[in-house]
Amino acid sequence: MHEWALAESILSTTLEEAEKEKLKTIDEIKIGIGELQQIERDIFEFALEEIIKSKDNKLKNVKISIETEKSTLKCKSCEHTWKFSDMKKKLNEDESEAIHFIPEVAFVHTRCPKCGSPDFEITTGRGVSIISIKGKR
Amino acid sequence: MEARVSIIKKRLRSIKRIISVASGKGGVGKSLVASTLALNLAEKGHKVGLLDLDLYGPSSHIILGVKDVFPGEKKGIVPPKIHGIEFMSIIYFTEDKPSAFRGIDITNIIIELLAITQWGPLDYLIIDMPPGIGDETLDVIRFIKKSEFLVVTTPSKVAISAICKLLKILRELKIPVIGLLENMKMAESSIIEDTVAEIGVPFIGSIFFDKNLEDAIGIGDLLLKTKFMEELDDNLKKINL
Ligand SMILES: Nc1ncnc2c1ncn2[C@@H]1O[C@H](COP(=O)(O)OP(=O)(O)O)[C@@H](O)[C@H]1O
Ligand SMILES: [Mg+2]
Ligand SMILES: [Zn+2]
Repeated sequence: MHEWALAESILSTTLEEAEKEKLKTIDEIKIGIGELQQIERDIFEFALEEIIKSKDNKLKNVKISIETEKSTLKCKSCEHTWKFSDMKKKLNEDESEAIHFIPEVAFVHTRCPKCGSPDFEITTGRGVSIISIKGKR
Repeated sequence: MEARVSIIKKRLRSIKRIISVASGKGGVGKSLVASTLALNLAEKGHKVGLLDLDLYGPSSHIILGVKDVFPGEKKGIVPPKIHGIEFMSIIYFTEDKPSAFRGIDITNIIIELLAITQWGPLDYLIIDMPPGIGDETLDVIRFIKKSEFLVVTTPSKVAISAICKLLKILRELKIPVIGLLENMKMAESSIIEDTVAEIGVPFIGSIFFDKNLEDAIGIGDLLLKTKFMEELDDNLKKINL
């Protein structure tokens, strides 16, 4: 259930932005979830709904859309690029769970499939992010 | 858009004091001071958390003898209690394998840990810092606005030069510094005390090299009985801890 903490941070950021932009109502939030973090979508959506119910009414009629982003990784040594879906099978349950909590431990538990280097980067699809917020002044 | 930073304030709201144990140098005893400080305060009946932010070289878990535990999950991750201390470290997620991270990854890990960790109400959160003035130090300053610093050095010209740089930058950024603790002292000398007097940072006191300390590493109950702990406690009294 650490999805709850992430949902909470999304909504807290949204309300902070709305405050900055002087929005009276928030109509839409587009959320990106990176594949690497392996968010349980049902739990995440449930958490968003529950928190919205308990928050101020700026969010009352908000529409939430969630896009899943493919994770791509790129080796800094040999420039090879690959997808998280290719390497997922090789991870055991504990490693997979660790990456779910802290996506960067992918550097600890996996290697570049081509040259074996631990020095690669997450180019897309790391974790949760806000793509856009729409509202009225 | 970065969506995790804004919740950090809330996660730290129920913590009364945050003390980062830092140094310009490695190997001066930061992890030992941070872990034993946490033990000492917990023993006195305070509610204490310990966060190991030395992501390449975590050591607090070795000093406290943390084994076979994993955080619970409740609206975030809940740090396991070790000798009454709520303990959070990257080791739960790395299985203590070698961790090679670049700066941006370090920052991401710190944000993630701060955003998802659900600390209980704490009197003190102690942070075990890596050496130097790198990403971790800057991130603690950026994200943990209420952190104070406790700086550790050894009585060495090499160490004190690096420590002065850290102290100067903390002062420039107006970050509260509780004081400087001299550790692993072997002989009487006032070089550290004199040097900090020049930059105007409080000198707390000294802890001598404890040749029996190694036997207590990994065993909380023994750590409480060391000469090191006795001297640490004397120093803590001077700063009302
Ligand atoms: N006062 C002391 N007496 C004996 N050993 C000490 C003392 N202070 C630190 N040590 C030992 O020195 C080593 C380095 O300490 P550590 O806390 O890991 O340093 P740092 O975190 O600054 O890199 C450890 O083995 C620790 O147990
Ligand atoms: Mg250390
Ligand atoms: Zn490669």
